[in-house]
Amino acid sequence: MRAIVSVLGKDTKGIIANVSMTLYKQDANIIDISQTVLQNEYFTMIMLVEIGEGKTIDDLSKALDVVAKEFKVEIRVQHEDIFNSMHRI
Amino acid sequence: MLNHNEIIQTITMIKDLHLDIRTVTMHISLFDCITDDADRTAGKVYDKLTSKAKNFVSIVNGIQTKYGIPIVNKRLSVSPISLIGAASGGYEKIALAMDKAAKELNINFIGGYSAIVQKGMTKQEEEFIHTIPKVLSETDVVCSSVNVGSTKAGINMDAVRLMGEIIKETAEKTKDANCIGCAKLVVFANAVEDNPFMAGSFNGISEGDCVINVGISGPGVVKAAIERIKGQDCSVLSETIKNTAFKISRMGELVGREAAKQLNAEFGIIDLSLAPTPEVGDSVGEVLEEMGLSSVGAHGTTACLAMLNDAVKKGGSMASSRVGGLSGAFIPVSEDIGMIRAVKSGALGMDKLEAMTSVCSVGLDMIAIPGSTSAKTIAAIIADEAAIGVINGKTTAVRIIPVIGKEEGEVEFGGLMGRAPIMNIGNGNADAFIDRGGHIPAPIHSYRN
Repeated sequence: MRAIVSVLGKDTKGIIANVSMTLYKQDANIIDISQTVLQNEYFTMIMLVEIGEGKTIDDLSKALDVVAKEFKVEIRVQHEDIFNSMHRI
Repeated sequence: MLNHNEIIQTITMIKDLHLDIRTVTMHISLFDCITDDADRTAGKVYDKLTSKAKNFVSIVNGIQTKYGIPIVNKRLSVSPISLIGAASGGYEKIALAMDKAAKELNINFIGGYSAIVQKGMTKQEEEFIHTIPKVLSETDVVCSSVNVGSTKAGINMDAVRLMGEIIKETAEKTKDANCIGCAKLVVFANAVEDNPFMAGSFNGISEGDCVINVGISGPGVVKAAIERIKGQDCSVLSETIKNTAFKISRMGELVGREAAKQLNAEFGIIDLSLAPTPEVGDSVGEVLEEMGLSSVGAHGTTACLAMLNDAVKKGGSMASSRVGGLSGAFIPVSEDIGMIRAVKSGALGMDKLEAMTSVCSVGLDMIAIPGSTSAKTIAAIIADEAAIGVINGKTTAVRIIPVIGKEEGEVEFGGLMGRAPIMNIGNGNADAFIDRGGHIPAPIHSYRN
């Protein structure tokens, strides 16, 4: 199952490292990643991840909530189909 | 891979612009519950609801987590109870069974306490309609609707007169709770059989045994899209609304299909209706104002609403072959901050609202009127709306609340139902017309056979 992980918030040191480490611990493989920092401040990172067997989007969400709280950013995990349905025919 | 901007666009729609799935509604047929004994029928209704919808809420919550899209309401809708209870006469017992089952299943509304009487009323249907005020005052989540007209059959004026009385009685019976019973009662012309939105939802007689219908909203998303094209011409405006409606509908279809699959039910339709909530930024009134009106109610409002409604339908039907329900723009007064503001400032009155209902997707919705309004005047308001629907071949509805004990000011319903300023309805009356009763024949253009 593939999901989109999005991270939005103020840029601080260690966000990417911590999100990646959490994904690794949850047995999720990062397939693609894109990241921008707008006006040297607003951070957005989008990752396409493959979720390991036996894990769910809910497991990943809960694990990433811990990082979100620590870094004061918003992290969402959503099945990729919601984006495909909206933007691809 | 999807590009960064597309992903951010979807997330922004959900996070900042209130895009949500307004309701996933499970429509259940109750025809196999009919018996000639009231208790047995009610028992069978309870059993069927609690078995079919056993995992409904948890499965829908799971879909919400999977896609990261809020699904605001989980609802049930059943076959018209006027038919299910006709053999036993146990309408009220069925209503209590529906209320109990829905509460146990964590469902916030269950629709289908309904009758379809546009051509004529059987003795049983008349008895059924007389139970509506008591049922709405003694249950919490049961919603009721009565269809009194159709383009094919004309308008049943006896039923119209009766519904004026029923609305008044419902208001009286629930006057200690701001007449909330009337917020759960809709009088329709050309009611649709697969509408997932309350209070007018029921499972039509031509529908399957267990069907998932999905209602999507998103006035905030449409407003944001229009903000980006300030000053551009109406064809650009229409195109922009269409594109936005397309994207929202695609997402609704995904959720509907997934829910139906997981619930082992049939996927019915998606209903893309711009359904406002009392939240700022989630208002159809504000969309109309963004199109170029100083306030909803100004001249030009009907044209803007007509274009909005049509573009929403076109975008939706490009996105899915299963578009149904009411699909368009709702204009409930109490549930829309832009509409409330316009009524309070005097920019929007009953007359303009009535004109708007000739081009919106439903009708006079969630409108508070003075408590002293007579049953016959309410019937006359219903007759006007039904006439608009019947002649124009569209659905119209009246969900109107005579606020007992109040003539002006405001009434608070709470939650999604919001708050409504009491509207002035003028001094004239149509008592002698309503007293005539009988039947307004179907319009000439209905004879297409």
